Amino acid sequence: MSDIGAPKLVRAPALRRALAGTPWRRFIILAGFALVWELYARWLDNGLLLPTLGATLSALWSAILSGELPNRALTSLRVLITGYALGVVIAAVLTTFAALSRWGNEALGLLTSMFNPLPAIALLPIALLWFGVGTPSLIFVIVHSVLWPVALACYGGFLAVPPTLRMAGRNLGLSGGRFVAEILVPAAFPQILSGLRMGWAFAWRTLIAAELVFGVSARSGGIGWFIYTNRAQLETASVFAGLLTVILIGLLVEGVIFRTLTRITVQRWGQVQT
Amino acid sequence: MNVAPRLTGLAGDKASPTLLELDRVSISYPTSDGILTAVEDVSFRISAGERLVLLGPSGCGKSTLLRAVGGFLKPSAGEVRMNGRRIGAPGPDRMTVFQEFDQLLPWRTVLGNVRYALERGRALSRRDAEQIARRWLERVGLKNFVDAFPHTLSGGMKQRVAIARAFALEPALLLMDEPFAALDALTRRQMQDELLRLCEETGNTALFVTHGIDEAIRVGTRILALTPHPGRLAATFDVPPETRARGTAGFGELERRIQETVFSAPEIGHV
Ligand SMILES: Nc1ncnc2c1ncn2[C@@H]1O[C@H](COP(=O)(O)OP(=O)(O)OP(=O)(O)O)[C@@H](O)[C@H]1O
Ligand SMILES: [Mg+2]
Repeated sequence: MSDIGAPKLVRAPALRRALAGTPWRRFIILAGFALVWELYARWLDNGLLLPTLGATLSALWSAILSGELPNRALTSLRVLITGYALGVVIAAVLTTFAALSRWGNEALGLLTSMFNPLPAIALLPIALLWFGVGTPSLIFVIVHSVLWPVALACYGGFLAVPPTLRMAGRNLGLSGGRFVAEILVPAAFPQILSGLRMGWAFAWRTLIAAELVFGVSARSGGIGWFIYTNRAQLETASVFAGLLTVILIGLLVEGVIFRTLTRITVQRWGQVQT
Repeated sequence: MNVAPRLTGLAGDKASPTLLELDRVSISYPTSDGILTAVEDVSFRISAGERLVLLGPSGCGKSTLLRAVGGFLKPSAGEVRMNGRRIGAPGPDRMTVFQEFDQLLPWRTVLGNVRYALERGRALSRRDAEQIARRWLERVGLKNFVDAFPHTLSGGMKQRVAIARAFALEPALLLMDEPFAALDALTRRQMQDELLRLCEETGNTALFVTHGIDEAIRVGTRILALTPHPGRLAATFDVPPETRARGTAGFGELERRIQETVFSAPEIGHV
């Protein structure tokens, strides 16, 4: 067949390219928010209820310098990542079975509709009973909080794979695990990615809540424990510093890890609009 | 042309061995309102080297038949045999080009799509697969687009990739389900001509589905016309090579004959 010519590309002007991105808009919104906070806190003039942004930042800075906050954050993150990874792996196994067999399909449908509405924190008493006070209990509730939304998203994604794409895969003789891993998973990646995102948010939330509830082992406590003790000592600025840390870590994971993942996968593949 | 009460669409050329045989195949779909018979009692054979076209109006079960040959669907009665053996699962010996543009893997580049198919379908090493993939992409005129992702291609270009992928796997039987139906008339004509060239160069056996009479005459060596709802064989036409060129007297004459026999109302089934 005759060759089709390569398309000609023209570079967009530099200013247009610089303004096309979202960061500068976000920055302005953030600055506006900080300004409102600072002004309102000054007007309220009650450091016990609402510390100023300045006071919060200086509390954050000194907690970072003392090494306490980084330590607490690391402890939380370690538990979080363990629980998150475990939850995602179990979700992957479950959805693979669900994609390959009727029984697996029914089982997943039943389990998710049973357990997804159950708040992870409601399982904490049971977890404490089974695993005692400590990391295993935390991991248990995190796994619960991640597993069902991720499994649900993966499975929904599998179901939405166009029949033609499925047939194209089976046409090559693919079946079983290979069909799931090489056709269904990449085809359902937009949904899987949003499931992973949601799972991450749930896990983070659950962990902080759980740490607050059973703020016990002070030596190995995480950010939740940091917030809890500072509230008990009426160090409100430090409480806000703890909350700010939770938000910052969340933003960092969202803005760096998930954004990059989206850019190099589904955006590049044209599965979502840029 | 021969319209007999029990049509079997046997190949005219008895010298070539039979590659595919449909033996009184019926196919039905279970629906919420009951069982829908899409195809009823269809028998035909394809000999090696032939290009058989299934021609019929929309909804007569052409895609259904093709899917049964592909192994994606089981007939409710009768048998589909390839080289005398009953067809079970789908396989790369029956590569299919679908009508839909979403048959390419969006997460692989144009080259990646063809290479991956060769690695999986023909169990080739990555290097061999890449070499063959490049050669085929060049043959369909896409050597400037090997690194592009499918979503950046036009519909016609996507179909070219799918055609390259199908030919590259050297299937015993090439299945094509209205691969050009969603293209504009001009592109469609060009693609028909180019497909015909590829088929003649490779000597591939093919089963081609269409609802366009001119397309059927252009690409086929034999045409089986189906009745609407449920699909049954209505007539079979041989297409002599000299009739294949558009604008010749033979082409128009055959087109008119098919139109008269198969479609009672004029223009139905015409693209
Ligand atoms: N998955 C399905 N479930 C139920 N009925 C179906 C299904 N697929 C097709 N049918 C029905 O079977 C009949 C034949 O459909 P088929 O897709 O084979 O037609 P076709 O000849 O390929 O038509 P077209 O030219 O429009 O592609 C139609 O009446 C259609 O409604
Ligand atoms: Mg069809």
